[in-house]
Amino acid sequence: MKVLWLQSAGCGGCTQSMLCAAPRPLFDELRDAGIEFLWHPALALESGEEALAILEECAAGRLAFDVLCVEGAMLRGPNGSGKFHLMAGDGRPLTEWVERLARQARWVFAIGSCTAYGGLSASTPGNPLEACGLQYDTDTPGGLLGAAFQSSGGLPVVNIAGCPTHPGWVVDTLEKLALEGLNASDLDEFGRPLLYADQLVHHGCARNEFYEFKASAQKHSDLGCLMENLGCKGTQAHADCNLRPWNGSGSCLRGGFACIACTEPGFESPGHAFQQTPKVAGIPIGLPTDMPKAWFVALAALSKSATPKRVRDNSVVDHPVVRPTVKKGVK
Amino acid sequence: MKRIQLGPFNRVEGDLEVNLEVEGGHVVSAQVNSPLFRGFEQVLIGRLPEDALTIVPRICGICSVAQSAAAATALADLAGITPPPNGLLAQRLIQATENLADHLTHFYLFFMPDFARSVYAGRDWYAPVAARFMAVKGKAAGDVLQARARFFNLIGFLAGRWPHTLALQPGGSTKAMTPAERIRVLALLREFRAFLENVLLGDTLEAFSALDSEQALLAWAAGRNADFPLFLHAAGDLALERTGRAADRFLSYGAYGLFASGLWQPDAPPAKLDATKITEDTRHAWLADSEPLPPARGETVVNAEKAGAYTWCKSPRYAGQVVETGALARQVVAGNRLARDLVERHGASVTARVVARMIELAGVLPAMEQWVRDLVPGDPFCLPAPLPESGEGIGLVEAARGSLGHWLSVKRGHIERYQIIAPTTWNFSPRDRENQPGPLEQALVGLPAGDGTLPTVQHVVRSFDPCMVCTVH
Repeated sequence: MKVLWLQSAGCGGCTQSMLCAAPRPLFDELRDAGIEFLWHPALALESGEEALAILEECAAGRLAFDVLCVEGAMLRGPNGSGKFHLMAGDGRPLTEWVERLARQARWVFAIGSCTAYGGLSASTPGNPLEACGLQYDTDTPGGLLGAAFQSSGGLPVVNIAGCPTHPGWVVDTLEKLALEGLNASDLDEFGRPLLYADQLVHHGCARNEFYEFKASAQKHSDLGCLMENLGCKGTQAHADCNLRPWNGSGSCLRGGFACIACTEPGFESPGHAFQQTPKVAGIPIGLPTDMPKAWFVALAALSKSATPKRVRDNSVVDHPVVRPTVKKGVK
Repeated sequence: MKRIQLGPFNRVEGDLEVNLEVEGGHVVSAQVNSPLFRGFEQVLIGRLPEDALTIVPRICGICSVAQSAAAATALADLAGITPPPNGLLAQRLIQATENLADHLTHFYLFFMPDFARSVYAGRDWYAPVAARFMAVKGKAAGDVLQARARFFNLIGFLAGRWPHTLALQPGGSTKAMTPAERIRVLALLREFRAFLENVLLGDTLEAFSALDSEQALLAWAAGRNADFPLFLHAAGDLALERTGRAADRFLSYGAYGLFASGLWQPDAPPAKLDATKITEDTRHAWLADSEPLPPARGETVVNAEKAGAYTWCKSPRYAGQVVETGALARQVVAGNRLARDLVERHGASVTARVVARMIELAGVLPAMEQWVRDLVPGDPFCLPAPLPESGEGIGLVEAARGSLGHWLSVKRGHIERYQIIAPTTWNFSPRDRENQPGPLEQALVGLPAGDGTLPTVQHVVRSFDPCMVCTVH
């Protein structure tokens, strides 16, 4: 399976993240799964005219490839000219290259939330960059390729959203495609692969005991649940970050900072401080998606009244000060 | 006179185009173009100041922590606070992990594959270099990806994930290390040390750090079987120690409390850093023209039709002069004897820039081992950092590629101005209003270019390890 990769208005972080793929080195893993990069701007040898020749052959339909991966937002500005991002050595807008190549690709993958939905570039007030995603303007279908776009493989754009994407999300989606193909039923309502997006960041969170008792962190580095005060959206964000660790054993929550729901369209402009939970009458307004508010309020009140001292005391410090009770051995 | 346009210049972070004027097979003039504009300074305006911690890492996927560190430092400056000792150590460890990983990624994945080009077939070093460093397919690629991914597990413990962590805060770090993590992190540092010693250098870090001159370096490398000595052999054959000289004026903001800040140039006394001497010029950028402004008063206003402009990159200058930044600058300013010897003999060069990255890999890892031992379990990692309603802050840090500065002002609780000067903005800057070319534009003059020439231009460009996405933030 041949993969052609382009980068536009992103930070390159999805590629950098992908290079952290584990347990096997990325290139070995992909090669043995029958996946190769036809060209990748950060990794391939060919530059300049050699690279442009590969891209032109693909865009003209003379060189076959399977997957077009695009990383970074599409910049249509200024005034629809695409001049905010021209292909180096070529002078044509990246948006034009992406449109031509998408027509030839069997499948089109948006790598990361910038490419999927427009990202931070699209959240500048007034969007002077005229930035968008491949098939979305934030959460509205459309984008560069249009809401009706389907690649020749019969799928809309596959949105491997995340800021950045987890290496496993990209590698697994490519390998699933190589192994048995991808169907519409493998994607959720925003085009995200269900293999990682049918879970919530909350699932497997190491702070779950604190969540259960609403024993909340008050400040950065506290051990408690980050939902009530520090802006955590783990109960609303679709991704398996706490089941599939980052960089060996990490996740945002394990790192002590809130999930900002970076796999969701529009995460860049939440309408409140990223690291603060907006509340009405002391109750967070962004409650778990599947839970009626009244139940949450009732359960929270009940669980707070039943919080063990250990959980309560440990929630507001940066290392445990009360150990779990040890029952003395009975001889 | 012949014009050559080079691009897409891949295996750099982001987009780069280089335009050369060539006469008699040699470059007589170069223009460096960043053909992408991202506009993060505008994204930040009007936001809450602490939101910068979420936004600025997303300027760059390869030095995201450096951006975090600059923002956290600027906010700490605004708040008038200093993180507690554990918080500072954790911040240093997170920053150093990214910087060292960047040096490694650059050497193996971005820089060395050009030496595996078939144009070099026939050189006595070609066969082993091609086998190790061929892009994607070379044997070293798997080795380095494994070592890099394992090393980044430090960030899993210390900062949740990489890139784009929120662990670095003005008050310290959100992640207090547990006693078990402290043991694991030391084990990961030992594992990375083993890779550097066995695969990259072929010697102990301490033995490499003791090298104090070009002569000592070459004697050390002779007959040594490891990846970096292999590069030195090829570089010597191609005379890269005399290739790619720029302004020979070096800037560093200082790093980790280990490397001093300042300005250094040959035949002049070292100078202390005076941040008020920094200005940015927009004459040849597609940005509204104005007098060169200090970043605390700087503007980024698009003018896409501006005559005479050829890039989205501004021209930062120090006291009106062109300066180079990066690992070589950092080591020269800090007084590393090997780095100084290389520069005093030949000026800055491809070889010197690569050697400086090795000096940092060898020198910083032992420091990281010590920082982990210096952590005091039970002491705080993060202090609250209440921000004032109005004020200004500056965050000057060193990213892998050199000096990174954030200048921020806040009014009525919101960001009023946010200006960023990234390392590559210095190194890949266009001409300024005095028509002084930027460092890379200078470094390319005189190189062979055109049909059938060796890829010397590529070696010089990549020797700076450019990060264009930062440049065009």
